[in-house]
Amino acid sequence: MDPEQFFTASGVIIVAGKGGVGKTAVASALTTAASAAGLRTVLIELEGKSGIASMFGVEPLRFDEQVLIEAGDGQGGVTARTITPDEALVNYLREHGLSRISNRLVASGAVELVSTAVPGIRDILVLGEVKRLERAGEYDLVVVDAPAAGHAISFLRSAAGLVDAVSVGPINSQAREVLALLGDPRRCRVLLVTAPEETPVNELIETAYSLEDEVGLTLGPVVVNGLLEELPGLEVDPVTAAADAGARLLEGEAEVLAASSDFRRARRALQDAQLDRLAMELPLPQLHLPFMFTTDLDAHDVHHLSEVLWERVEALPTVGSSA
Amino acid sequence: MNRSDAAGVTTFSEVVGSSHVVVCCGSGGVGKTTMAAVIALRAAAEGRRTVVVTIDPARRLADALGLAELTNEPAPISGPWDEPGHGGEMSAMMLDTKATFDGLVQRYAADSEQAERILANTFYENISGALSGTQEYMASEKLYELAVEGDYDLVVVDTPPTRNALDFIDAPQRLAHFLDHRLYKVFMAPTRGFVKAVNVAAQALTRSIAKVVGAEVIGDAIAFFGAFEGMESGFQERASHVHQLLRRSDTAFVLVASPKSDTVAEADYFATELAGHGIGVRALVVNRMQPAFAATDGTVAGGAAAIRARAASLEGTALADHYTALADARQLAEGEEGHLSGLAEKVAPAPVVRVPVQAVEVTDLEHLDALGEIMFGDAGN
Repeated sequence: MDPEQFFTASGVIIVAGKGGVGKTAVASALTTAASAAGLRTVLIELEGKSGIASMFGVEPLRFDEQVLIEAGDGQGGVTARTITPDEALVNYLREHGLSRISNRLVASGAVELVSTAVPGIRDILVLGEVKRLERAGEYDLVVVDAPAAGHAISFLRSAAGLVDAVSVGPINSQAREVLALLGDPRRCRVLLVTAPEETPVNELIETAYSLEDEVGLTLGPVVVNGLLEELPGLEVDPVTAAADAGARLLEGEAEVLAASSDFRRARRALQDAQLDRLAMELPLPQLHLPFMFTTDLDAHDVHHLSEVLWERVEALPTVGSSA
Repeated sequence: MNRSDAAGVTTFSEVVGSSHVVVCCGSGGVGKTTMAAVIALRAAAEGRRTVVVTIDPARRLADALGLAELTNEPAPISGPWDEPGHGGEMSAMMLDTKATFDGLVQRYAADSEQAERILANTFYENISGALSGTQEYMASEKLYELAVEGDYDLVVVDTPPTRNALDFIDAPQRLAHFLDHRLYKVFMAPTRGFVKAVNVAAQALTRSIAKVVGAEVIGDAIAFFGAFEGMESGFQERASHVHQLLRRSDTAFVLVASPKSDTVAEADYFATELAGHGIGVRALVVNRMQPAFAATDGTVAGGAAAIRARAASLEGTALADHYTALADARQLAEGEEGHLSGLAEKVAPAPVVRVPVQAVEVTDLEHLDALGEIMFGDAGN
């Protein structure tokens, strides 16, 4: 599939998955790849984490936009920002000529109380801001680094609940508009991310069905992050391999190599079993990203991941892959 | 590695052995629930009556413990402690936030009529399921119930995967504060006959809110606060008891982390926040560490870079793949150790337990036992 076509299939991509599976790295790689396709891209971070900022080596993100990749020279450019419910509410009310109310609501702590009274109101404010960005036309692609899996479902389900709970007023219309965004595959897709391990895969499968069936969202391909590359030589034991290569092993080296290689093969076997299970239980195409043997992903690593992602997208079949 | 030679430094085993309550905290996805279960199993095997409270456990853990499912009441787990004369005991449960909250309302309501009024309120339904911090609050509530009213030597509690460690510690006060909310007084003003000026301000604010979310939401809230009338003091008192329990010397906070940079940063933040509340981290468990495959006799030395260079010089041979695998492992292990040193220093003298990534998935008690051997320092590391 043509990557540009893939990235523009919807104006919003929500990246969701269990904590620790590398959701933020995937969202960052995705925006980097979209920028390389010439698309003007914005990356939204929620929940006040700082993953994106440290990966790109910039100051912690704020409500106002910050440039991660400059536009020009074929790059569409990437900016990043956060969205918090309070700021989104103030923004919303201001745009609708209700600034006076907005200040009073925020200053009195009413947002806290109201959001307790109507759970999901915070989520709808955030998603409403996402929708505004999508509509504003300033960007070709809006990528949202969603909350961790369990919360992602309630986050994305909030619109449907609110339309019933709040029958009038701006929150109601906001919820309706968000619902329209989420339900339209040409406007919004969800990319679920998992690691090739039992628990994250289980959670991904559950999340996938509940997002599709209960929220009516369209799922893009599943991103399986952190895959160990195959090393076929590990099938030959180290002593034989050394003899074949005409190399001499130090004393004890064969044991160390065997231990490390056995471990790697065992981890790969677990991974393969999970990939098969995922393919069987969830009929969605998979995009595979490599395990990075580093504890701090930096801009260079994100760039590498974006290149791999690009290749994987190219390898997707063109028909029916994202619809 | 877990047993320190230095005098005055405790081992992980001593930390758990001297505690009545162990709180496992840390960010999501690091294996807190599994670590909590392992700690509890170990204590039971050592002859203590133990219960573990899990939060949103993976199905696999219930399976591994031999339970069809975990419920809001402690269910006994069978194991070696079932032998006559052993003395140990092990139960596990899963926190049900709503059921725990309902129990609390029933406990503090003046009569069953008040309790019913609250339980039927829409606003309460929302709060009990979704008020930020409710899950944390109910986890600490359950902990208190088991630790003070239950007959256990050790209560191990998993905490919700929140980024803010203080959510768990502060949660008991939160609802009490919530009931004392300034807006609550404003809402209640019309029914309480406050002075007229307050009334006018209240009505203006109420109108503003109604404009945004609709009047029925406010109606529910007012009914809720009205129903809670008189229960604030009960909640306050309970909150202060939980507060004290969390600060007792035999309550140990065990920080669980993984060696990735973001989770180490979060663990560091947790440690700072806990310290700010006068709570020390009593042990650090670093889960899912990459084994370095260092030779015990030191004959196969060399860092990742040297090993990778050797792999490159052998390119195209099977042996090169073996060196690549080893270089990958060491590179990651070196990075992880580098990350942890600062955190380990920060929580010192708390012992640091390193749990390597397992080559198998945890599916039964035996696997949990194997993790216990690693954590409690008798697996030869």
